[in-house]
Amino acid sequence: MKKALKRAVLPLSAAALVALLAPTSALADSHDLSQAIAGKLDMSVGVNSLWVIVAGALVMFMQAGFAFLEIGFSRAKNAGTVIAKILTNFSIAAVCWWAVGFAFAFGAGSLLGHSGGFFFTNLGDPLKTFPVMGTSDATIESKWFFQFVFCAVSLAIVWGTTLERIKFGVYVIYAIVFASVIYPIGAHWVFGGGFLQSGHWLGTNIAGMQDFAGSTAVHLIGATGAFAALLLLGPRKGKYDAQGKPRAIPGHNMPLFGLGVLILWLGWFGFNPGSTLNALDGRFPEILFITNLAAAAGVIAAVATAYWRTKAIDIGMAGNGAIAALVAITAPSGYVEIWAAPIIGAVAGVIVVLGVYAIDKLIDDPVGALSAHGLAGIWGTISCGLFTAPRLAQYNGFGDPQGGLVYSGHFTQLAAQCIGFAIAFSFVFAMSFGTFWVIKKTYGLRVTTEEEDAGLDISEHGMYGYPEQFIPEPELIGYGATPSLAPRPIATSTTQEATA
Amino acid sequence: MKMVVAYIRHEAFEPIREDLLAAGFPSISITEVKGSGRQKGITEHYRGSTLAIHLRPKLKIECVVDDADVSLITSTIQRHARTGDVGDGKIFLLPVEGAVRIRTGEEGPEVLQAHEAEEIPAGA
Repeated sequence: MKKALKRAVLPLSAAALVALLAPTSALADSHDLSQAIAGKLDMSVGVNSLWVIVAGALVMFMQAGFAFLEIGFSRAKNAGTVIAKILTNFSIAAVCWWAVGFAFAFGAGSLLGHSGGFFFTNLGDPLKTFPVMGTSDATIESKWFFQFVFCAVSLAIVWGTTLERIKFGVYVIYAIVFASVIYPIGAHWVFGGGFLQSGHWLGTNIAGMQDFAGSTAVHLIGATGAFAALLLLGPRKGKYDAQGKPRAIPGHNMPLFGLGVLILWLGWFGFNPGSTLNALDGRFPEILFITNLAAAAGVIAAVATAYWRTKAIDIGMAGNGAIAALVAITAPSGYVEIWAAPIIGAVAGVIVVLGVYAIDKLIDDPVGALSAHGLAGIWGTISCGLFTAPRLAQYNGFGDPQGGLVYSGHFTQLAAQCIGFAIAFSFVFAMSFGTFWVIKKTYGLRVTTEEEDAGLDISEHGMYGYPEQFIPEPELIGYGATPSLAPRPIATSTTQEATA
Repeated sequence: MKMVVAYIRHEAFEPIREDLLAAGFPSISITEVKGSGRQKGITEHYRGSTLAIHLRPKLKIECVVDDADVSLITSTIQRHARTGDVGDGKIFLLPVEGAVRIRTGEEGPEVLQAHEAEEIPAGA
């Protein structure tokens, strides 16, 4: 194969070789491979790709975090369905992201990426086709994977509000729309090189929006979908009493919830530091440091806030505080100095607790996703407008080069952040509400009351997550261990009835 | 004195409990039970095999009251437990020979229920 290629290539002049390579570089790896064979592949390509893949794998593991978090906060009769949902959603998102999502999100274009990359073809020179990621020479496959797991995280966030009552088919339908259209467009505007990120759109003087790893692009977009779904879905049966007062519906397993939180925390060490798409500029350890510090401050602040309001050290709120702080530090992690991290995290920890208390009075959000990903995502986006350091704004090349309010003394960046999240929210809310409305009118969003009482595990999947808890022991044990097709053992008894 | 024993759906319990409390009958016991009647069982599907489950979870309520109060209790239970579908459950009435309140040693029908509202513990 290699020989045949050499024989075909050798007689050609250097100019013809370039002409030949142009179409074949539609397959990026063949481009990288031929560069490597020619001894021209820079080692930095390997190093940076390695970091992006490692970080992406950490972000992929966050799916396990979402699964355990949601399972822990569900009742035992709705535990198994979460696993089927996470696996199905992740897989649908992978196919949609390959088909159109990546091209829409990261191609060149102000409103929509349209420079190639559909079905991962027509990649051209990937550094030019996907200009926003052009400063990193990591291979395009590694960037595709890294951005795909972001899309999958955003999609996973959507379902936090819908636990224990939504029809399984809704996951499938919305996942296709979300991973093909809603997320790619929203993310394109915010951190894919679209108009919000580049700034000065429609002839205005608005600065570029700063969102390093996706407080708005990933978390607020996911939470907005969750909000739209919840408005049309309504609360779980029994969430509100006859007077409309919220009742607690305790999740069945706090240890599993805690495992989920810790996995998410670990995953964030890929989420933010990996968004450098680059190991060789040496920034990722600093971003990891900032991420961890913010999360720690979030836990402390959330536990203190919950204790102040309820006089109890709330296990769930400790976890929500970590998640909210991680969400908040996601946008500023590549833009702020270390001193700002504990402030951003602590404020997020307070916001998430008070947010959960306030939201719970009105709508039923079983895991606090609207607070932890929505409100904290907004706070994180705004915090760039306050704390962005000039040196990092200049290095990243987005937004006001004079930094946030505390450095510049003016509101340029803050205004850009507020306009940015408001536009992203409005777009995603309109698209998601429309999608869920159509689903509600045609397929239906919600299971029947009987199915909700029985639990989604048995009603949607025909099996229990915890069979021993729901199937009486005598019926589980059964009798007769021989397969019906196997020859029956010869009876030693003389009575005919014994073998019948 | 009669003991009312009712087998009901889980979800019917809360409204029954609220109405009985409001009517001055706070003293009841419940047991989570599994049983079968005319209601069909369900089939669990597991990796291509199936498992028929005939015993369904029900809630058993026990409540001892004066003969005169029996119809109030049974009508309250019926009002909330009846959906009209197979599986709503059954009510049984058992005669009760005697009753003793352990704390005070009182005997007879006066120990059965706390009829005075102020005797009902707060938060019940």
